[in-house]
Amino acid sequence: MSTLFSFLFQFGDAFAFLVIASMGLAIIFGMMGVINLAHGEFIMCGAYTTVSLAQLGLPLPLAILGGSITAGLIGMVLERTIIRHLYHRPLDSIVATWGATQGVLIVLGSTMQGVGTPLGSFTVGGFSYSTYRVVLMGIAVLLLVSLYLFFYHTRAGVIARATIQLPRMARATGVDTGKVYTLTFGLGAALAGLAGGLYAPTMTLVPTMGATFMVESFVTVVIGGGDIFLGAAPAAAILAVIRSGMTAWQGQLFGQIGLLITVIIVIRLLPGGLSGWILGGRK
Amino acid sequence: MPSGRQFVKAMRLGGAIGVLTASVALAQDAIKIGVLEDQSGDFAAATMVKVNAITLAAEEINAAGGIGGRPVELVVYDTQSDNTRYQEFMRRVLQSDQVDVVFAGFSSASREAYRPIVNQFDGLAFYNNQYEGGVCDANMIVTGAVPEQQFSTLIPWMMEKYGNNVYTLAADYNFGQISAEWVRQIVEENGGTMVGEEFIPLGVSQFGQSIQNIQAAKPGFVVTLLVGAAQASYYEQAAAANVNLPMASSVNVGQGYEHKRFTPPSLKDMYVTTNFIEEVDTPAAKAFIEKFRARFPDEPYINQEAANSYIAMNLYKLMVERAGTTDHAALRAEIAKGDVCFDGPSGNVCLDPKSQHMSHTIFLAKVEADHSISFPNVWENIAPYWLGEAGCDLTKNDPSAQYTPSSPPPQE
Repeated sequence: MSTLFSFLFQFGDAFAFLVIASMGLAIIFGMMGVINLAHGEFIMCGAYTTVSLAQLGLPLPLAILGGSITAGLIGMVLERTIIRHLYHRPLDSIVATWGATQGVLIVLGSTMQGVGTPLGSFTVGGFSYSTYRVVLMGIAVLLLVSLYLFFYHTRAGVIARATIQLPRMARATGVDTGKVYTLTFGLGAALAGLAGGLYAPTMTLVPTMGATFMVESFVTVVIGGGDIFLGAAPAAAILAVIRSGMTAWQGQLFGQIGLLITVIIVIRLLPGGLSGWILGGRK
Repeated sequence: MPSGRQFVKAMRLGGAIGVLTASVALAQDAIKIGVLEDQSGDFAAATMVKVNAITLAAEEINAAGGIGGRPVELVVYDTQSDNTRYQEFMRRVLQSDQVDVVFAGFSSASREAYRPIVNQFDGLAFYNNQYEGGVCDANMIVTGAVPEQQFSTLIPWMMEKYGNNVYTLAADYNFGQISAEWVRQIVEENGGTMVGEEFIPLGVSQFGQSIQNIQAAKPGFVVTLLVGAAQASYYEQAAAANVNLPMASSVNVGQGYEHKRFTPPSLKDMYVTTNFIEEVDTPAAKAFIEKFRARFPDEPYINQEAANSYIAMNLYKLMVERAGTTDHAALRAEIAKGDVCFDGPSGNVCLDPKSQHMSHTIFLAKVEADHSISFPNVWENIAPYWLGEAGCDLTKNDPSAQYTPSSPPPQE
C-alpha cells in the first residue's frame, strides 16, 4: 500500500512538474510556433516577483498570482516590440528570445533568499511527503481543465485558435489578429510565470533557475506536438511514468537519459508529435 | 589665452603625468600576481570574496613595503564560472602578462582545465579551495582543505553520534565522485555500512524520488556533496518533506554560506568541517573579519576560501623573502625545508613539502534550527598526510597527476 502510494506520489509529482513547466511553452511554441528560448526567463521572472511580493507580506497565493501577471505583462511588451516582427522567421525568433535571456542575466544579481515551502508534511507508511507537492498536482490538473475550457468552450478561446490557424480568415471576419497574438503570447508568458511562482518556494532562487525547467518543457512540448490537450497532457503523463520509473530504478541520471531517449524515439517515429499522430489517425 | 584656473589645471595634468611615469618605473620592479576567479556566473556568490581577500592582502603587503622591497601588482580577470575562460586567461597571464604567480580556481573542473597549461609554461599556481584531494603537482600549491582533513574528522564523529548507516548524495562529476569514494572508504574503515549512494547530474533541481530513496534506506545521517544553485534545492525539498535526518558535508556553509541564504530551518542539523568561516570565535579570526569588513563593508559573507586566499598571499610573501627571488625552483626549495608556516586568520598553518598542501585546524560547524552556527568540536593541526603516505613526494619527482584512494600513486 505504502509502496503503491509512493509510486503514485512520484508519478504525480513528475507529472505536475512537466505540466506546470510546459503549459506556457505549449502555447507559445506548440500553438504559435515561436521557438521561445526566453521561456526559462519568464519562469524566473514569475519566481522572483512571487518571492519579492511574499517578502513584502503578501499571502503566498496572491504573490504567485502577482508573479504570473508580471510575467504575462512583460511577455506582452516583448511580443509587441520584438516577437511580432518574427512570426514567419522561426530561426530569428530563437536569437531574439535568447537575447532577452542574456539581458535579464545582466540586470539581476547572483542570489536571493527564498520564502520556504508552506503547508508542512504528512506520512504514509514509512515515508513522509510534502503537502505542498500534492497541491501542485491538483493545480496541474486544474490548469489543464481550465485551459481546455478556455480554448474550446469560450468565444475568446475559439478566436485565439482561429487567429493562429488561419490569420487571414480571422482578420476577414473582423478579428483584431494583432491584439489576439499579443494576448495569447501574454497568456503563455503568464503561465510560465505561474510555473515559476508555484515552484519558487521549493527551489534555490538564482537568475539561471529557469534553465532547470527548459529541457523538461521543450521535451514535453516536442513530444506532444501542436495541440495542448491531445499532445502535451498525454506527453506529460507518459514522460512522468518513464521519469519516475527510471529514477526509482537507477537514479536521477537514468531518469534524464530515459526522458531524452523517449524524445529521440518519438520524433523519429511521430514527427508531428502525439497530437499530430492522434489527429492524423482520425482523418 | 589660458585663464589662471586653466593654467593650474595644466600644471596638475603635468604633475599627474610625472606620477604616472614614476609608477611605471616602479611597476617594472613589481611582483605580478595573476588572479583568475569567478566574478560572475554560477559560482560568483562564493568566489567574489576571494578577489577581495587577495586585494586586502596585497594592500597590506604594499603598505608594509611590499615583498622584499618590491610592490605587489595584481592582474585580475573574471573567469565567469566557465572552464574555457580559465584556459584562455591562464595562457594570457602566463604568456603575455608574464606574472610571477597565479591564484586561480574554484571548481575542481576548472582546476583540472587550467592545470595542464600551468605545467606547459612551468608556472606556479595557488589553488585556494577545499577540494577532493590528490593533486601531486610541483607547479601547484594548495591551501584549501582536503578529504583527510575534512572527512577523516567529520565522518567518524558523525558515525559515533548518529549511527553506522550512511547515505551519500553527491554531484556527478570529479569532485562528487572522488569525495564519495573517500566517504565510502572511511565508513568501511570505521565498521559502518553505506546504505545508499546516489550521484546527481549538475543542474538537477527536483529531488522527490531521491528523498524517498533516502527515507527507504533509513540512514543515520546523509552526506550531502551537492554543488551549484540547482542542486541546492534539495535542502528545501527535504525539509518540506520532513526527512529530518542530520546531514554531513564538506562543501556547504563554508563556501556558499547557504545558512545565510536559505530559509530556516532547511539546513537544520547540517554538520560541516571547515578551516574557517566568519562565525569562528578565535581572536585571530575576529581580527581578520574586522579588518576585512573595514575595507569591504558590503561583503555578504567571509568564507573559508577568503581566509585561504589571504593566507596564500602571505605564504607567497614569506617564501619569496626567504628565497630572495621569485624563481620557482628556489621557492620550492624553501617549501622542502618544511617550515613555511603562517599564523593567520585560521590559526597556524604550514606547507607540507611532499604534497605542497597545507595543514589546517578544522572546525566542526553545526547549523542550528534558526541557522545560527555552533562549534561542537575542533581538531587542531590536521596535516594533509594522505598524498605523502600514498607515495607522492614532490621533493623527489613531479608526476603532475591527480590520485584517488582507488588509483593511488604507482608503488616502486
